[in-house]
Amino acid sequence: MPDSLVIKNLNASIGDRAILKDFSLTVPKGEVHAIMGPNGTGKSTLAKVLAGHPDYTVQSGEAFIDGEQIIGQEPDAIARAGLFLAFQYPSEIPGVTIANFIRAALVARQAKGTPFDAKAYYAELYAKMDALKMDRKFTARFVNEGFSGGEKKRCEILQLMMLKPKYAVLDETDSGLDIDALRIVSEGVNRLRGPDMGFLVITHYQRLLEYIVPDRVHIMYDGRIVHSGDKDLALELEAKGYDWVKKDLASA
Amino acid sequence: MNTLTSMPSGILDASLQQSETKRFAAYDWFTQLRQQGWKNFEALPLPKRDDEKWRFSDTRSLSLADFAVAATPSDADTAKLIAQSHFIARPAGLIIHIDGHCVLRPAIAPELAAQGVKFESLEDALRHHPALLKEFLLKHEANLGGAKFLALHQAWLRAGYVLHVPKGVEITQPFVSVNWTLTEGAAIFPHALVVAGDHAKVSIHEFNLSALPDQRALAISAADLHAGTGAQISRFAVQAWGKNTQSFEIANTCGGRDALITSVNAALGSRRARLENTVRIEGPGADVRLYGISVANGEQEFDQRTLQIHSAGKAKSDLLFKNVLLNKARTIFSGLIKVAPDAQQTDAYQTNRNLLLSPEAEADSLPGLEIEANDVKCSHGATTGQVNPEELFYLLARGIPLAVAQELLAEGFLEEVLSKVDNEEAAAVVREMFRQKFHTA
Repeated sequence: MPDSLVIKNLNASIGDRAILKDFSLTVPKGEVHAIMGPNGTGKSTLAKVLAGHPDYTVQSGEAFIDGEQIIGQEPDAIARAGLFLAFQYPSEIPGVTIANFIRAALVARQAKGTPFDAKAYYAELYAKMDALKMDRKFTARFVNEGFSGGEKKRCEILQLMMLKPKYAVLDETDSGLDIDALRIVSEGVNRLRGPDMGFLVITHYQRLLEYIVPDRVHIMYDGRIVHSGDKDLALELEAKGYDWVKKDLASA
Repeated sequence: MNTLTSMPSGILDASLQQSETKRFAAYDWFTQLRQQGWKNFEALPLPKRDDEKWRFSDTRSLSLADFAVAATPSDADTAKLIAQSHFIARPAGLIIHIDGHCVLRPAIAPELAAQGVKFESLEDALRHHPALLKEFLLKHEANLGGAKFLALHQAWLRAGYVLHVPKGVEITQPFVSVNWTLTEGAAIFPHALVVAGDHAKVSIHEFNLSALPDQRALAISAADLHAGTGAQISRFAVQAWGKNTQSFEIANTCGGRDALITSVNAALGSRRARLENTVRIEGPGADVRLYGISVANGEQEFDQRTLQIHSAGKAKSDLLFKNVLLNKARTIFSGLIKVAPDAQQTDAYQTNRNLLLSPEAEADSLPGLEIEANDVKCSHGATTGQVNPEELFYLLARGIPLAVAQELLAEGFLEEVLSKVDNEEAAAVVREMFRQKFHTA
């Protein structure tokens, strides 16, 4: 499937602990898929393995962005191929301003020797910061340093809006957000929804999915998808609780 | 460019030193100062490997042979280098030396002159303000290992500047001193003398550069900073000599009661560069901040030795030296905090952080405390490591290639100190110098 994020029979571990177990999933471009599941089931591992985090070992399996294999590639190459990971816990980068950081990420996507249009860059950056209700002074602040939880997540969405990937994996973007921040972040994501981008939204709670309404919902348990459905599955899960997953779905 | 083809004895030749000293015959005390310097130089041995004050330093490659005092530069070279010396747009005053010859005498605003502010070459100040020089020039011994080099500096003392801001005068815009080396094999001995009277405020920026990147040179600099009661001195010294320079800087920083001194040393150049800085807290309530940053590459050796002496109580000193190392570079940081028995309620801190970007680079750290008072807050710490892997992954995950990501993190690492520079224009110049250095690594 050329216009999809395709994950096929992925097995991955950290140390000698197996976490992803024959994990398979396809997210067609233009769709929003949610992954829900109890803690410790491998949701964040999936996000990090796709992004090429060096702490994880992939034993077998494949992942493709529009037909391009990303397993085995360096993290920066995966990002340039079109995958964006919005981190659950974004790192603080002392001494590096947001403006310089995003600029470096954009320059990395340009053909070598192309001059960087700083004027257009700042115009776009400011417009997107306005949309996310971020103070323009943030451009001169060091990446995530001293940011509140909500500011960090807004900064992740700002990067997503500026880098315009083919697929975005949002890892627990709702954690640490109050209701206002959740609304702003969700609006940012909803504005990006369209035929050119696919989303994989990882969340523990159904709350986020009230704001970012998914096309498909997948329930993950013990390293793989155990059940899939439409957006109503999130509501069913909320009503029945994760014990339902552990008792009924996992054994199915 | 000038080339000295034959220098049989140069700066090690007693008769040359004496004949230059004779030029100052009208200033008996200064002649004696130079002669005493020569005597001390001859009496002192070159540092050896097992000398504790030179621990980890490559003493075998120390050599003072084949360096000479260079002739006055040509008009063409002078014009060219003056044109390259405007690092900030409107300094309070600008002085420029080439090969130890003052080629631009500072002109300061009439209102500053009317307030008694003096910014002059050392030679001019010798004529105009001998009493000031006698009181403050070279009043302290080099106690961190560089005595022989300071003696040679004293023996050949001629170049440099004197900056005196009298009592109560506050100047925010920095004064700027630029030193160039130009001639192959040139030796220079520039001196910086900064005296801030009681409650005066002054900022000085120093840029030290070589006209040609590969030119061999020797620079033995010394700085005397004196801050009176409630005085504020801010100094930013940029060492960007060419890569075949051996450089030494021996600084003495004295803070009186309630003085505030901020000193930032940025190191980029030289094959080997040694910095010795002794901070003397002489009055209660003084606050002295000593910062250093460097990027060392190739086979460069940056050797940093500091001493924070608290003679008076209720005072503060804070030190932070950060080094980034590439290739086979080496850095040494050796720092000591000394608190005298009656310097109670001292706050003294010392931190050295080294960022290794190459497995072949080596950073040695020797922090130390000698505390004789019992009511103090003192700490020292040193860390040496590679870039934080999670920070690195965060940058990579945005598509930034490894080399660029490491450079960004290293620049961010330096920013903590660059942000202490009191003038954004100068900080931007040096930020760009560091960036260029990463790109040529």
